[in-house]
Formats: sequence, C-alpha cells, structure tokens
Amino acid sequence: MRDLLCDMTKCLQVRGLQIRRNGRALLDVADLTLDGPGPTLLLGPNGAGKSLLLRCLHGLISPDQGRVIQDGAPLGPVHTARQAMVFQQPVLLRRSVSANLDFVLRRQKIARDARKTRIAELLTEGGLEDKARQSARSLSGGEAQRLAILRALATGPETLFLDEPTSALDPSATQMIERMIQRASTRGVRIVMVTHDIGQARRLAADIVMMQGGHVVEHGPAKQVLDAPESEASRRYLAGGLVT
Amino acid sequence: MQGLASEFSLAVALIFEGDSELWAIVLLSLKVSVFAVLISALIGMPVGAALAVARFPGRRSLIVLMNALMGFPPVVVGLLVYLMLSRSGPLGVLELLYTPTAMIIAQVVLVTPIVAALTRQVIEMLAEEYSEQLRSLGVSRLASVPVLLWDARLALVTALLAGFGRAIAEVGAVIIVGGNINHVTRVMTTTIALETSKGNLALALALGAILIGIAVVVNAMVSAASLRAEQEGLRHA
Amino acid sequence: MFRAAIRAAAVALGLTAGAVSAETPFIVVQSTTSTQNSGLLEYILPWFEAESGIDVRVVAVGTGQAIRNAINGDGDVLLVHAKPAEEKFVADGWGVERKDLMYNDFVLVGPKSDPAEIRGGSDILAALTAIAEAEAPFASRGDDSGTHKAELSHWSAAGLDPTGASGAWYRETGSGMGATLNVASGMDAYTLTDRATWLSFGNRGNLEVLVEGDPRLFNQYGVILVNPKKHHHVRAASGQRFIDWLTGADGQEAIASFRLEGQQVFFPNAQ
Repeated sequence: MRDLLCDMTKCLQVRGLQIRRNGRALLDVADLTLDGPGPTLLLGPNGAGKSLLLRCLHGLISPDQGRVIQDGAPLGPVHTARQAMVFQQPVLLRRSVSANLDFVLRRQKIARDARKTRIAELLTEGGLEDKARQSARSLSGGEAQRLAILRALATGPETLFLDEPTSALDPSATQMIERMIQRASTRGVRIVMVTHDIGQARRLAADIVMMQGGHVVEHGPAKQVLDAPESEASRRYLAGGLVT
Repeated sequence: MQGLASEFSLAVALIFEGDSELWAIVLLSLKVSVFAVLISALIGMPVGAALAVARFPGRRSLIVLMNALMGFPPVVVGLLVYLMLSRSGPLGVLELLYTPTAMIIAQVVLVTPIVAALTRQVIEMLAEEYSEQLRSLGVSRLASVPVLLWDARLALVTALLAGFGRAIAEVGAVIIVGGNINHVTRVMTTTIALETSKGNLALALALGAILIGIAVVVNAMVSAASLRAEQEGLRHA
Repeated sequence: MFRAAIRAAAVALGLTAGAVSAETPFIVVQSTTSTQNSGLLEYILPWFEAESGIDVRVVAVGTGQAIRNAINGDGDVLLVHAKPAEEKFVADGWGVERKDLMYNDFVLVGPKSDPAEIRGGSDILAALTAIAEAEAPFASRGDDSGTHKAELSHWSAAGLDPTGASGAWYRETGSGMGATLNVASGMDAYTLTDRATWLSFGNRGNLEVLVEGDPRLFNQYGVILVNPKKHHHVRAASGQRFIDWLTGADGQEAIASFRLEGQQVFFPNAQ
C-alpha cells in the first residue's frame, strides 16, 4: 500500500536490502521509503552503513539481496542518470576549474555558448568566479568540495547524494557548502546526505534516517528524531555517548 | 693512445663544424625514432589504458605478457620484421625492406609494449581514484579511457620518453631491417656499429656522445614543454 | 586495401624506397663487410652512379647472410667471396651466372710477442699447426662468412680440427671481421683477415701481419645477378648493367686504382 502512497516522481524506496562481506551483514535495511520534499540526512556513527546505503541508492554498489526502487521501478541507468553524487574526498579531474564543469556539460551535448553561460552561472553560485582558469587540483579543501558540488549540479540532477562532504572542512567552509545545499534544495533538487555531525543534521535536515550497525534504527521528521528519539540507539548517539 | 685522442677530437670537430653527412644521419635517427614513438603511442596508449580499465578473463596473463615483451631482444624483433618484409615474406610486395619505414616498423614493435605497459600502470592508478566519480557521472568504462589518458598526460610523457630512449639507442633490429645503407638507412647506432667494426673506436665514441646529447636535449625539451603545458594549458580549458 | 593504406602512409611520410626511387632508380647489392669496411665500394660506386644514374644501395653482411638474403630475394646483385657457396647458389637456380670480379688476399695477423713463433713465414698451414701446438689464442669469425669458410678450409688442409678447443684457445666471435679484429686486438690473439679490412682497421693495438704471401691465401670475389626467374621483382636490367660495368674496363680500372695506405689491395681479374 505504501508504494502507492508516495509521490511517484520523488519516491526512493529500499526493500530487504543486504550487503554481506565474509558472512557478516554490513548493511541490512528491510524497508525504507524516502518521499519527503526536504533534505534527508543519514545520521549515525562511523561504520553504521550510511555510505554503503548511499552508494546503493546511487547504483554504485549492487546489493547482495533486495533492491532499490525509484518512482515505482527498479533502480536502473535511467534513474542514476538523473542522480549525482558528491564524495567525502572530492575527485576532481586534472584540469582547470571550468574544464571540470565543461566536462559534464559537454556530455549533455550542450552547445558551446550555452556551456559558457552555464559555467559562469555555476562558478558564481559556488563563489569560484576568479578561479575559473586555475588548476582544480590546486584548490583548497573547501573550494575543491564546492567545485565538486557545482559539477554534480551541472548534470541537472533530480537527486543529489552527498557523502559527508564537510567532514574535513573548517566551520566557514562548511557553512558555505551548507548554504549551497540549502539553495539547491530550495530549487527542487532532492538532497540525500550522509553526516555524523548532529549540528549539521539540525541545520539542514527535513527528515533524518538514524543508522547503526548496518540497520535503520529510526526514520522521521528531523525535529522529532532529534528532540524525541524513539529508539535507545538514537538517544545514545544524540547524547554523544559511544555507540558500538 | 695519442691516435685515439686525436681521432676523438677530429670527431668532435666534425660534430661542431656541422658536417652535413653526419647531421643527415642524426636527422634520420630522429625522424625514424620520433615517428616510431608517435605510432607506438597511438597503439600502446589506448591498449594500455583499455587493459587498465577493462575486466575480462585472461587480462592478468595479457599484462604479464606485455610486461615481458618490454624486454624483447631487438635482434629477434629485427629478424621477425625481416622475415615479414623480406621478398619471400608475407609483406614482401610492399618493398619496405631496407627502407626507413622498415626501421620504423621494427622500432614500433620494440616500443609499443613499453608504452602500453607503462600506460597501463599509470592509468590503473588513476582509474582507481576516478572510478566511482566517473561511474557516478555515467561515464562507461570504455568512455573513461580518453578521460583517463588526458588526465594522465603528464605521466604519459614519461612513458613516451622511455620508449624514445629505447628506439633511438637500438641497433640490433634496425641494422637487420634497414641494412645500414649509406644515405638511405644509416642511423646513429648503425654508424656506431660500423665504425666500431672498422676499429675507429674514437669516432664511434664521439657518435655515442652525440647520441647521449640528443637524448638529454629531447628529454629537456619535453620536460620543459610539459611543464609549460601544465601551467598554460589550464588557462585555455 | 590494407597494403595500399600502408603504402600511402609510408609515401606520405616520405620514407619509402618508392618515394625516393620515383626520382632515382636503384639496385640493392648484398655484399660483404670487407668490401664496405675497406672503403672500396664507397670509392668506386660514384663512377658507376654518375655514368648510369643508378643508385647502388649496399647491404654489407657476412657472405653466408648475404647469400641467404639473396635467396630470399632481398637483393638484386650478390658480391661475395666464397666460390663454392657462390657456385652452389647459381647451381640451385638462385643466381643467373657467376663471374670472377677481383681478388685480394688474406693475411694472418697476431700479437707482436708471437707466442707460436710464426713471424715471417709464408706457409699458412705450418703457421696454423704451430698456433695449435702452442695453444696460442686464435680468434675465428665463426659466422659462416667467406673469411670463416676460408679459415676452416686451411685448418682442415693442415689436418687439424680447432673446434675441439672452442672456448679454450680457439675463440669463435660469431661476428664480422672488424669485431673479430677488435677481439683479437683486445686479447692478443691470432686471426685470419682479408688485407683490405686489415689496412683500413683503426684499432690494431699490438697486432701486426705475421704470415702472408701463401698462394692458398688468395681470396677470389665473384659477382652474381640474382635470378629474375626466381624473383620477378629483381631489377635485372640495372643489376646486369652494374655487373657489366664492374667486370668491364671502366670498373676493373676503378678497382685497380683503389689504394689503402698507398697499397693496392684489390686486384681485378674479370675475364
């Protein structure tokens, strides 16, 4: 019944998903539906399976069991083409800043002039206007991650996955990136983001998926999960206690 | 020993006076080896890159074979190319034996495995770094090959230089397929072999010195060019 | 299609024989190192090339390899010095006709210290016997060349088989005359060499001529046109023209006028 309830264009579902290595389940998510409008944050300690789940949702990893369903159909290239992902360590091409953006625009067969305009817009959006011709590999950590996000946005995604994009950054760099994510969300890009930073979850999330030991322990509106967690694991994580 | 010294200084004088015959030999050496390296790059780089990203049964064995081919004895390569290009061989009608083209073919056979093997190493490392990102952007394994080759361009220049070094310094293969014919297929190394067999050791040494000089100059030029490309090329992206 | 593409590419690079021969006709002569290293061919060829407009491309290898290359069709003219092998080449149909061209002679060179005490002799068999008895180092070509064949025939005429001492005092270099002379010079060994290569050799070290003048050291060169019936591509007309010139008055005169250190080393004797 629940399949039918979710908005068909925005709905991302997981059914009986399992990833095992050496007989141990690294990820075991029976049932998860992401259908809210606002940013979804996957929160939990290291090793909770957040990044694995994100990669499954983006089709980078095929689960050993179960499946990911988007818009009512099994996840396929049609869907992943409308997704984009930003990694914890930005992987930038060994080219200039604008060439990194041009790379994805050219793949969409956009005409030269249109690409130029779009690159200028993106650079302004990410505050990298004066870095256009600089080597992407010479950017600072924060700039590099902003470029990675711009490049992901340049693909025109419906869904943007982010895997702890600010975990290595200082507060001001983190703030700039959070603003970019919020603006993207406002423009209608569905955000699914991994973090272990409770403050970040509070600042960005509309809904939160709390994970631990490969399982989803709780999923609900951000305010509810953060202020009145239902599960013991969530309570302990939010209290800053060690969760094993 | 005095004879040796005077002969050596004579050879050095020849070099600096711009003896036209000598420079024609130097020029032919460069022409043959540069062409050979360019063709090897066109073959070896895509092959090396494909081996780095593709996954198929027998891939490991192919890599081992390619690495082993890097040490293929030039004389054997020369003999194989001779047997192919000889009038009695399958490609005899092309009339390529004893021409610079035959020498280029032999050097391509020698250099391509080097370029391919080094390319594979470089690309495999880069592919590991880029793998998830490129898949996320929807770039297939095959389509990732040109991306990786371009992004590894600076490291690949080194692979080409290694190939050029082997090509320009090689004698065993080119003397068989080129025939060391005066004014037609005589290059630096075959001249050195000839002068050595004439007992003109000092002249042979002096020619060897030029060969090393060329290698140094080519390396310096390429390294300067790639440095500039790194700094400038990015401005035009 | 494939061949046409290769040829087009090669011509575009300006690297094929074809591209050059469009202007200058040429022939390929399979010859021996002795004619090249001595400078004889370099000396006489300009005359022929000026008169005929035919470019002569010389591939200088050992006689054995030269004959094999010619059998493969990789040459138009064969100019070597191993009469029995040449006659077999013609008898097997690979060559049209063998003609005597010229002769030079072999000399036995060795270290000044001369451990086998053969200096001044003119009997090659006695000298080789003395070397074998003294077990003095001897460098052999060991490469199936004309010189190597000549050397082996002298050992066998002396009733000796030095190959039993291979690796001991009998050293087979498996290389050309120059390389073998370098070896002999480096280890103070005796060796048999043609006089022309010897006179033009620049790294004699301690070596000097010890035995010469034996009629058995006579070294006959022959010239043969590769048979166009076996290999249709052979440039028979140009090749024959070259042979006619070599064995004619002009060519013979040119050969006779060649000097090394003031000495005549090649003696024309074409009939």
